[in-house]
Amino acid sequence: MKTENADIAVIGAGAAGLSASAVCARAGLRTLVIDREETPGGVLLQCIHNGFGLHYFHEELTGPEYAERLLEKARSAGVEFRMESAVMKLCDLGNEKELTVYSGADGVTVIRAKAVILAMGCRERSRGNLAIPGDRVAGVITAGLAQRFLNIDGFLPGSSAVIVGSGDIGLIMARRLTWCGIQVKAVVEILPYPSGLSRNIAQCLDDFHIPLRLSTTVTGIHGRDRVESIGIAPLVNGEPDLSREEIIPCDTVLFSVGLIPENELSRQCGVEINPSTNGAYVDGSLMTGVPGIFACGNVLHVHDLVDFVSEEAENCAANAVGYVKNGPPTMEKQLRTIAADNLSYVVPNACRRGVPTRFYMRPKVLCRRAELLVKKGDGTVLLRKKLQYVKPAEMITADLPAESTAGCPDTAELRFELRPEEEAKV
Amino acid sequence: MKKHTRICIVCPAGCHLEILEDDHGEFTVSGNTCPRGKTYALNEMRDPRRVVTAVVPVNSGKTPYLPVKTDAPLPVPLIGRLLKKLYSMRLALPAKAGMVLIRDFEGTSVNVVLTRGAEEQER
Repeated sequence: MKTENADIAVIGAGAAGLSASAVCARAGLRTLVIDREETPGGVLLQCIHNGFGLHYFHEELTGPEYAERLLEKARSAGVEFRMESAVMKLCDLGNEKELTVYSGADGVTVIRAKAVILAMGCRERSRGNLAIPGDRVAGVITAGLAQRFLNIDGFLPGSSAVIVGSGDIGLIMARRLTWCGIQVKAVVEILPYPSGLSRNIAQCLDDFHIPLRLSTTVTGIHGRDRVESIGIAPLVNGEPDLSREEIIPCDTVLFSVGLIPENELSRQCGVEINPSTNGAYVDGSLMTGVPGIFACGNVLHVHDLVDFVSEEAENCAANAVGYVKNGPPTMEKQLRTIAADNLSYVVPNACRRGVPTRFYMRPKVLCRRAELLVKKGDGTVLLRKKLQYVKPAEMITADLPAESTAGCPDTAELRFELRPEEEAKV
Repeated sequence: MKKHTRICIVCPAGCHLEILEDDHGEFTVSGNTCPRGKTYALNEMRDPRRVVTAVVPVNSGKTPYLPVKTDAPLPVPLIGRLLKKLYSMRLALPAKAGMVLIRDFEGTSVNVVLTRGAEEQER
């Protein structure tokens, strides 16, 4: 069995892993990135559409171009890659972490690292996660798998499709399928508003007159060997109105119904998971409950823009570098953060006093204008931010400057509240 | 007076644009939060264009397809013809990202460039 030592081991070579590893290697630390796939880049490689990088690179790039830039940064910084390698086990040995890695080429390798960055990303929720009734037939796949078939392997998944869920991947796939000659008959969304970005509704559905059926659920998938039709019905008071059921003939059903952070390794090694993000609880330096294990990107919480993933990963990596170079920080009591009115979560879950911190949060409500407030336990307002077009599909960011938390007592909590000011037109 | 609505696709903010068309065919744009939104709205009225991304077939077993994009938005009525042309191509390896595959498509001065490269297949 081979053994290897590293300063920092990064699990996952997608946007988060590449961005994080470049920072670690540039700081002079021996950095290993481990990934199951043949080439680094993660899901970006199959996202051939444009729209990436406006914030981070200040230009509009396609997924493969964005990945290539990150890869170039990581390579030139001296990051070492272990591709086609799966991390089977992650163990906390105190000052060191032990990763058991399997690859076809090397068999089992044990890697010991002073710190670990979790950057495993997400996998897609599937039909099974939703318990959709009907026949178990071929032709039912997730939108991301269809994207891989079309953009990397070059297979057409069918000839006419219905997309369930209006997440961004599903919307992008509606356009991609149409441009490949596959007829997209409808996008069905159970919520009263779309889950994807507005621009994707405009350029992926409206451009092709693809109907978006809101507040609508699937009553069943029908067929003998292959999908022959899908039944849908509008929701009335949370129940499908079967008197208005509609059967749409199609041979393919794509599911775009959300992502699940892949935290099996994290759980196994004792990292506590936050049920409202399905990612780890992290402190102000994006360190999990296990000292020396950090998390960033979609494995921490699902982002809607890769630019935010890169930014968060770099911040996370800078903290991991500090941990390796200076040793674990002395026990410092951090301010706990609370997602209160109209917010489903806030990341990170704590804030270091007197350290400028960027917070990411997801709203529960749809509104045209709103105000975000960050309050101290005693009600003092530390930050006010005006927002336009708040919707659950779009993450909110807020920066809390150092001076606003420097004087807080260590028992203080930070309450994040969202106050809608004007209702949205749906 | 005619009213048009569009969602701006220039950036992820997705501003809701309102375009008023007066009787002389002049347009007034509101709802945009940056100048690019106004330009987008006017283009939507006069000459709608989109960036096109697709994959082209490659002469290689290991890399059957490679991704491409137009380097500028293409007039919407030409998209179908461009896609047809792309799907009928056969790309030889090695090919580098940034390589121009089609120059000045149908006199639009829009080029098609490769967005990912690949080495020749190992034997």
